[in-house]
Amino acid sequence: MADKIKFGFLLAGGCAGCETALVDISERLVDALDHLEVVFWAPTVADVKYKDLEAMEDGFIDLAFVDGMVRNTENEHTVKVLRQKSKTLVAFGACASLGGIAALGDMHSKEELFNQAYKDTFSTDNPEGLLPEPQCLWEGKYDLTLPAFTKRVSTIDQLVDVDYYVGGCPPHHDFIFQLIQAVVSGNLPPKGSWLTSGKAVCDICKRNPAEHDQQRLPIGEVFRTVDGRPDEDKCLLQQGYICFGPVTQGDCGASCLNVNIPCRGCGGPIPGVKDYGARCVSMVASSLKDDQTAEKLISKFNDMAKFCYRYSYSSGILNQKLTPGNKV
Amino acid sequence: MSFSPNIVGFACQWCTYAGADLAGNLRCKYPPTIKLIRVPCSGSVEPEYVLESLARGADGVLIGGCHFGDCHYKEGNYKTSRRMTILKKMIEDAGFDPRRFRLEWISGAEGKRFAEVVEEFTRELQELGPNPVKGGA
Repeated sequence: MADKIKFGFLLAGGCAGCETALVDISERLVDALDHLEVVFWAPTVADVKYKDLEAMEDGFIDLAFVDGMVRNTENEHTVKVLRQKSKTLVAFGACASLGGIAALGDMHSKEELFNQAYKDTFSTDNPEGLLPEPQCLWEGKYDLTLPAFTKRVSTIDQLVDVDYYVGGCPPHHDFIFQLIQAVVSGNLPPKGSWLTSGKAVCDICKRNPAEHDQQRLPIGEVFRTVDGRPDEDKCLLQQGYICFGPVTQGDCGASCLNVNIPCRGCGGPIPGVKDYGARCVSMVASSLKDDQTAEKLISKFNDMAKFCYRYSYSSGILNQKLTPGNKV
Repeated sequence: MSFSPNIVGFACQWCTYAGADLAGNLRCKYPPTIKLIRVPCSGSVEPEYVLESLARGADGVLIGGCHFGDCHYKEGNYKTSRRMTILKKMIEDAGFDPRRFRLEWISGAEGKRFAEVVEEFTRELQELGPNPVKGGA
């Protein structure tokens, strides 16, 4: 057997959900490990330090995954180092490839975010109103350095070159297994591609009206999931529960739809979509019946930017170019 | 010299584009600020085009379509209207000035209206100043 593929996995600013998803492929991971040698998996799984990564030769790692967005200077540093040490770098999951939920923080100033996180939330106990500082002297003798908060959230490809993208929050474990098989067999698309089946969520979803020989009708009512319980078998969009399935990659197997929850677009844009939020606007608006319904939608979901760019704000044109730093 | 804004106009070939033509035939005067792009229908203007134009430094974007009921493809302009209502709110929510974006219904017979709209929009944009992408307010 050929040499094992040297594999690295870095958690940048994310929640480690993507790593859990990889572990979720369960016993199939054991088989996969016949072909993969884990040389770096930090800070979650393997006991390696950043200095071990820095000590590796350039291009030592054959395949590296990064999950999570770049939110502080530590993320910036480790992602850059990992890029240098890896032959192939994959932005794994919605945060790494699109910005994820944390990117929505770009619509607020640093003060707003810090006050919310460290002062205002009801479960926070912070009587002195302390906020994290990059430099701090603890008990008068320990001079500590913490990673500094970056001005904006960036995706991995805004910082370094990325070879492949994988969507999903987190990517579905069945899909991850297919990915690993593709990697092991060397069956990968040209660099810069999304690793995806290329099908939309609706294509996979068993509620799709086309599957039942039904016609799609314009939507005259708009509901949020809190407003009621949608019919278990009918298309959610047809029922007025706004769903982003038509413009989202369906590698998740329409998981949310299977449990009666509308798609919110974590899978990333289907091929050909340049700006996810703008395409969502287009798709949703075309499904609505009239201007009154569009007004209803706007009043129901109070922030359209956060609604349409739920997982993809960093990668959007609006964020990257039009509002850089306007609130920071 | 006052600032001369750069407006990208998406004009439906069945109405606004003809309206712009008529404006010329009627010798209507309007500022040379608009760069018209002829499209088959205002319904073919994706919200992505609007964002892209603004991102590349256009000071304003104008979409011109047919009046309701006049669409050559029956319902294209109704879709434009819904899309742009939501897009405008989205731009605003993200912190960008929605006044840089305008949707107008101008028929092929309304050459004068076209000239008025361009003049009015130019004046508004002059008050707003250059697009923030280019370092304006």
